[in-house]
Amino acid sequence: MTESTSDKIPVTVLTGYLGAGKTTLLNRILSEDHGHKFAVIVNEFGEIGIDNDLVVGADEEVFEMNNGCICCTVRGDLIRIMEGLMKRRGKFDAIIVETTGLADPAPVAQTFFVDQDVQEQARLDAVVTVADAKWLSDRLRDAPEAKNQIAFADVILLNKIDLVTPEELREVEARIRAINPYAVLHKTNRCEVPLSAVLGRNAFDLDRILEVEPAFLEVDDHDHHDHSHGHDHDHGHGLKHYHDEEMQSVAFQIDGDVDPHRFMPWINLITQKEGPNILRSKGILSFKDEPKRFVFQGVHMILDGDLQRDWKPGEKRQCKIVFIGRNLNEESLRSGFMACAVEPQH
Amino acid sequence: MNDLDYDKSLTSHVEDIAAGDHVVAAAFLEGAPAFALANGEIVFAAGNNRRIAVHPDAAILVTASDSRLIVTGGDDGRIFLTSAAGTTQEVANEGGKWIDAIALREDGAIAWSVAKQVRARDAKGVVKSFEAPSSVRGLAFMPKGYRVAMAHYNGLSLWFPNIVGEPETLKWAGSHLDVIISRDGQFAVSSMQENSLHGWRISDKKDMRMTGYPSKTRSFSWSSDGEWLATSGADACVVWPFHSKDGPMGKAPKECGVRAPKVTQVAFHPKSPALAVGYEDGWILLCRLADSAELLVRRTPDGTPTTGRKRAAISALVWDSDGKRLLFGAENGDAGMLTLPV
Repeated sequence: MTESTSDKIPVTVLTGYLGAGKTTLLNRILSEDHGHKFAVIVNEFGEIGIDNDLVVGADEEVFEMNNGCICCTVRGDLIRIMEGLMKRRGKFDAIIVETTGLADPAPVAQTFFVDQDVQEQARLDAVVTVADAKWLSDRLRDAPEAKNQIAFADVILLNKIDLVTPEELREVEARIRAINPYAVLHKTNRCEVPLSAVLGRNAFDLDRILEVEPAFLEVDDHDHHDHSHGHDHDHGHGLKHYHDEEMQSVAFQIDGDVDPHRFMPWINLITQKEGPNILRSKGILSFKDEPKRFVFQGVHMILDGDLQRDWKPGEKRQCKIVFIGRNLNEESLRSGFMACAVEPQH
Repeated sequence: MNDLDYDKSLTSHVEDIAAGDHVVAAAFLEGAPAFALANGEIVFAAGNNRRIAVHPDAAILVTASDSRLIVTGGDDGRIFLTSAAGTTQEVANEGGKWIDAIALREDGAIAWSVAKQVRARDAKGVVKSFEAPSSVRGLAFMPKGYRVAMAHYNGLSLWFPNIVGEPETLKWAGSHLDVIISRDGQFAVSSMQENSLHGWRISDKKDMRMTGYPSKTRSFSWSSDGEWLATSGADACVVWPFHSKDGPMGKAPKECGVRAPKVTQVAFHPKSPALAVGYEDGWILLCRLADSAELLVRRTPDGTPTTGRKRAAISALVWDSDGKRLLFGAENGDAGMLTLPV
């Protein structure tokens, strides 16, 4: 836990439903002059138009770990490829894993927490999801994979916005936010974002968990296109509020401390029991009599947590947790969490 | 720490060799020490460190060797045979797909895998193919008959390349990495993703669980009499008894070379009941099986920055056929050879 993340190779996972523009983004990343050398793990050769020595074809072999945890799936091919790539360390400084349009990002992400050898060499930087502004709303209705990819994302590129009206854009944005209010959202054409928007995000770094609040996540991409339809009264605000029937995010807050002897067993129980339904979880906790903040993040049943920096003088000691998942029982989660509070909450 | 002073040391009999890049394998070819490197080269250590770029601009991922030849598979999808004279022969080209596993038979037959595809090329050069149920990460020739054991998800398949029909399967849930077959052909052992070994008595498919490793086992070595199997992956070399008809079932393994760092490579002496043990911090010990007595072969200095993140792990360890010389290599390109004092 004390090991510095800096000498581990950062890994960016690129997801997105078929046709959303993943390959466009990948080609942009590889062709821009940024001084980085990437090893790229792709699901299909030939899509990449750029010469790159280190393009590796993957087979997307997902398998279960023998640890009694049914949602603990990993990508066997990725473990094998990482082992081979580590023999060429020095030839690249970052890794990009492109998944197929129908892939569930969880096994990819979990590979970086479950396999010891991979974990020693590499760290997951972020899950970046490219979504098609015109078709995403439909896909969220008929393709569970698309919903998973949105729910799982740290960064979402809502792409091809020139194909939709401002109303349609707000609609699809609201649908994304109903599922995942925590991802950083960029509205793009041809995936045109600065590379810093998708690389070097440290989204799984415990130092950065919940650094940004949902309200501050609305990134203005200087989308002048929007302004050409000037009659729109509520542009810029008035995001519609949707409730996704299946996939939601829930967040709870406690002012003051929680008792770690109550919280730790509870979070372990919840992630064990509800693990298959909980895609991502994150939290910052103030433990009673502990000068440091406790920070955790989880992917299904796999939790990674540690005491992090000290609470600053004058900083309000409070606890925040977030779950993104399927059919979450908000009331039961809330009451379970509130029961961990040292001071009774209401 | 038990990095104590060792009473007896062989360190003055070790000659350093600058291999130059991550050592993937070491071999004695017609007695000449050679290394296969991650940068695609084979280096002959004798004389002037002759280098041959066998896989230009590519990495050697997997190797197999006997006393005459080394066969290498790369991330260029190519397989080469290299002899002691330094001549190379391309055996196969899988069009850029990584070679995941490789095995060599005494008669010169070679087996390799590319994801699910397994190929066997007999001594005459006839290639047969088989598609495994999932990607194959380990291959071994069986001692009897022309038969290939392959490790994949949920078990092993034992394939006769020259016989049409479904291969025999040995099942156990989980992801199997390397596979090794006992000298008498009775037992198959695989290493698994979950830091354990799994064994089968092939005749009745009886299972054997060999657990308790803190990391994956990626190096195996049989004793010269075939009765002991030495394994890496723990903070000691764990040696399993195979002398009875039940193999290691219900028996405790021996441990030797106990240290805090984990064992990464093991190599039984070809004639004596002793073994060389290489560690993740670059140390090497010679251990006697009977009483676990230890001799120091190599120690790495404390606090010296090496090219790796820590002191570089031993990644290759092999004896010559007489058991007089021990060749080793590390992940940072350091290498060397011990010549036992007469």
